Amino acid sequence: MTNLQSSTFNLQQPEPTLDARSHAGRIAVAMPHSDVPGAEAPPAELLRRDLRLPELSQLDVVRHYTRLSQLNWSIDTHMYPLGSCTMKLNPKVNDAIAAMPGFADAHPMQPAADVQGALAVVYGLQRTLAEITGMAETSLAPLAGAQGELAGVLVIKAYLESRGEKRTTILVPDSAHGTNPATASMAGFDVVAVKPQPDGDMDLDALRVALEEHGPTVAALMITLPSTLGLFDRNIVQIAEMVHAHGAQMYGDGANLNAMVGQVKPGDLGFDVMHINLHKTFSQPHGGGGPGAGPIVVKEHLIPFLPSPHVVVDADEDERWKMEDGSGSGRPSSIIHPPSSATYRLHDPERTIGRLGAFHGNFGVLLRAYAYISSLGPDGLRAMSEAAVLNANYVQARLRGAYDLAHDRTCMHEVLFSGRKQKAQGAKTLDIAKRMIDYGYHPPTIYFPLVVEEALMIEPTESETKETLDAFCEAMLQIAAEAETQPELLREAPHNAPLRRLDEATAARKPVLRW
Amino acid sequence: MTTETRPVEARPLVTEPHPYIPLTPDDRAAMLATIGVASTDDLFTDIPAAYRNPSINIPDALTELELLDEMRTLAARNRTGSDYACFLGAGAYHHFRPSLIDPLVMRGEFLTSYTPYQPEVSQGTLQTIFEFQSLVCELTGMDVANAGMYDGASALAEACLMACAVTGRRRIAVSERVHPNWLAVVQGYAHGRDIGVDMMPHPAPGATFVLSDEHACLAVAQPDFYGRMSLDAASWGEAAHAAGALFLVAAEPISLGMYRPPSEYGADIVVAEGQSLGVSLSYGGPYVGLFACRNDYIRQMPGRIVGRTADLEGRTGYVLTLQTREQHIRRERATSNICTSQQLIALSASMYLAALGPRGLRRVAELCYEKAHYLADRIDELAGFRVERDEPFFHEFVVRPQKPPSEINRALIERRIIGGLDVSDAIHNRMLLCATELNTRVEIDALVEALAEVSR
Repeated sequence: MTNLQSSTFNLQQPEPTLDARSHAGRIAVAMPHSDVPGAEAPPAELLRRDLRLPELSQLDVVRHYTRLSQLNWSIDTHMYPLGSCTMKLNPKVNDAIAAMPGFADAHPMQPAADVQGALAVVYGLQRTLAEITGMAETSLAPLAGAQGELAGVLVIKAYLESRGEKRTTILVPDSAHGTNPATASMAGFDVVAVKPQPDGDMDLDALRVALEEHGPTVAALMITLPSTLGLFDRNIVQIAEMVHAHGAQMYGDGANLNAMVGQVKPGDLGFDVMHINLHKTFSQPHGGGGPGAGPIVVKEHLIPFLPSPHVVVDADEDERWKMEDGSGSGRPSSIIHPPSSATYRLHDPERTIGRLGAFHGNFGVLLRAYAYISSLGPDGLRAMSEAAVLNANYVQARLRGAYDLAHDRTCMHEVLFSGRKQKAQGAKTLDIAKRMIDYGYHPPTIYFPLVVEEALMIEPTESETKETLDAFCEAMLQIAAEAETQPELLREAPHNAPLRRLDEATAARKPVLRW
Repeated sequence: MTTETRPVEARPLVTEPHPYIPLTPDDRAAMLATIGVASTDDLFTDIPAAYRNPSINIPDALTELELLDEMRTLAARNRTGSDYACFLGAGAYHHFRPSLIDPLVMRGEFLTSYTPYQPEVSQGTLQTIFEFQSLVCELTGMDVANAGMYDGASALAEACLMACAVTGRRRIAVSERVHPNWLAVVQGYAHGRDIGVDMMPHPAPGATFVLSDEHACLAVAQPDFYGRMSLDAASWGEAAHAAGALFLVAAEPISLGMYRPPSEYGADIVVAEGQSLGVSLSYGGPYVGLFACRNDYIRQMPGRIVGRTADLEGRTGYVLTLQTREQHIRRERATSNICTSQQLIALSASMYLAALGPRGLRRVAELCYEKAHYLADRIDELAGFRVERDEPFFHEFVVRPQKPPSEINRALIERRIIGGLDVSDAIHNRMLLCATELNTRVEIDALVEALAEVSR
């Protein structure tokens, strides 16, 4: 009995790779024979001699992926309070809509006349995001948040070039997400970091010094609002005025927009361009790391430089956006049913920065965002951000006695703790995170932002019930108590996950990247 | 400030329960008491009062029932390959998608997880990425692959930037027969980094590209935008290497089921659009870019990479690795700003390859080849049409009709046929037609008949 193996559904047993499961002569899906006369074969020198792909039965494939899925934690299975990632409900109706054949089978190179439904969605979302953010126009072309950043910075670069200005520096707070400096660099800019003051707001003196020191070479300030510290910068209007006074542009990183929707419009605060992560605020599932979408919204002066393509309408569509009840201040009855006279088409903005992808953006993601916004409406969006902020402040209030706050003030949609107290007791933030797994909660974002020691950033989102938040807080309090009395319990965690901690050092030193 | 403000309201914004926002009035009251504030407005006092509560002019909320109804109406305004015979390719292809893909890829554990930063509870995602990397290596013949890029076009753009980093050069050479939209993406990325782009005229059969020692790479497409498979690719690679440049090949994944992989004709980096591997057309995205290279260049490779390792108890596991290339560690000195891998789409592609295996993929490639050649042969029989056959082709080919392609396509759509791409702006009065395994003989014959009618 020494060779007895556990069944495939024993969670402690690793799942073999497709390659290891492969057995020559099996197939999971058969393809038909040709129904046309055979053609002359291509020249032999073009042909492949062998192709080593795995060969599996259909049940093998189904079990393999079902089993692998069970090794994952997800929003659908666990509270997932990952700061700055907005792990909210991903409504199933959105997936159903994206799978409708009229959308899923639309070919990106079809003439506009044959895809008016798809273009109406794109146009409607362009208008909606501009309205929500208080900006003039939207481009839905960027394929991810980081690509939205790149697009936004390239738009600024093109705008400045069109004015004959040679500005080569972008200011980035040192609490920023790593994509900000990486993006500035990809767009050919030098990066200058600006430090926050102790209360978490940007240090206006440091900003003034940076603006004066780099003077006419500053192209933009890239700033996340609320900041990556989970705080709304109280000086944001003044910051925008200072930046504009130096002839520079205000770039907003919209990663944390979930806190602001319906509460305040970034356009009103002085932002010139902002990217939005549809996979955060607008419920696109993260999919284990994509796909997302990173639209940018811009003020009037940047519209000519937007990425290509952009969707425009030939009828006087703007009329539809004026109030239909005659008061002039209300909202249109529907962005869904366009007037029969409307004809949508793709358009290259006159001084476009060009294309970001082969086609028109991640349409399947755009559909889900459109469906999500349609499900909430203006009041629902406002209630969404309000609940997100209330939940984060509730977690802050319940845990503030047990964990040090990075900044002791009202937070927005996420709360930032420091694990320095627990570190002194013998359990680092990493250990706290791993112990949370034992309690059935996905760990929060840790060691980010880099400027906060032992950072632990919790974003509950509006989707969780009070019961879930309470259970989560109880677990966090229990873990704080364990850190005090038996920190080794944390250091050795997780104890109840499919695997214990993994050897990342060897993985990087001797990379094994394929079977 | 242009937005109207309105007085702060004490009443809850949503008076009826909303499925996405579960807090009840009781919950809110208890939570506010715990926080020690009187109302949620007290949580927003950091926002300057003058800017609070702007009006948002968008339509009121729809319930799920209403939303589905509205979206069906919109979807019905598209004419798609689900009800029409589709002969349109040009970088996105209408292929059969095995039924097992959707229920497996849409499992919530895959769909609603984040980037696998906590490997103990993300082994599903991590192992599928490792498998995707392995499958891409097998398909392209290359040593290593990353977890995926945004799409094929941006993968090629990143490959060009990578070639500049590897060679220390600041000019790139790109074949004019690369997909025009991909060329546009390459130009945009290159402009950002102030890298020069030379569009290279396609050499005559038997000749090769002429490069200089300033070029970081030569990027070509095989098959090219017009569907042609060149017999000269190996000599192109030699020309690139003789100039000290990397040889970049944009491949088509289905074609690799029967054609030799780019590794066999000198490629240093191979990229491809992964959409044809079981991914919906979805009006252009989301797709996934495949990205593979030789071992020498691993540390300059952009994007996410997963490696195999072991846990404390020696059990096999997978982790994100080589992260010091990436933006969250290296910030402005990162190889790229990319922060995603289109994981769910890469997963669909892996499932597709696992389902078909070598035999199935080869069969799909052969079906595409045979149907496209049958269509081309039938069109050649028609008066008023000529198929361009100066080089071998895979599943797309160029046709020269007598009438303008746009006029032909308008007539075809009335016969429930989506015609080929009108490429007249690149080559005078030409149409690019594609056939795949989904095009039945009946459909192909119907297209030929329709073309005959149209040209009469």
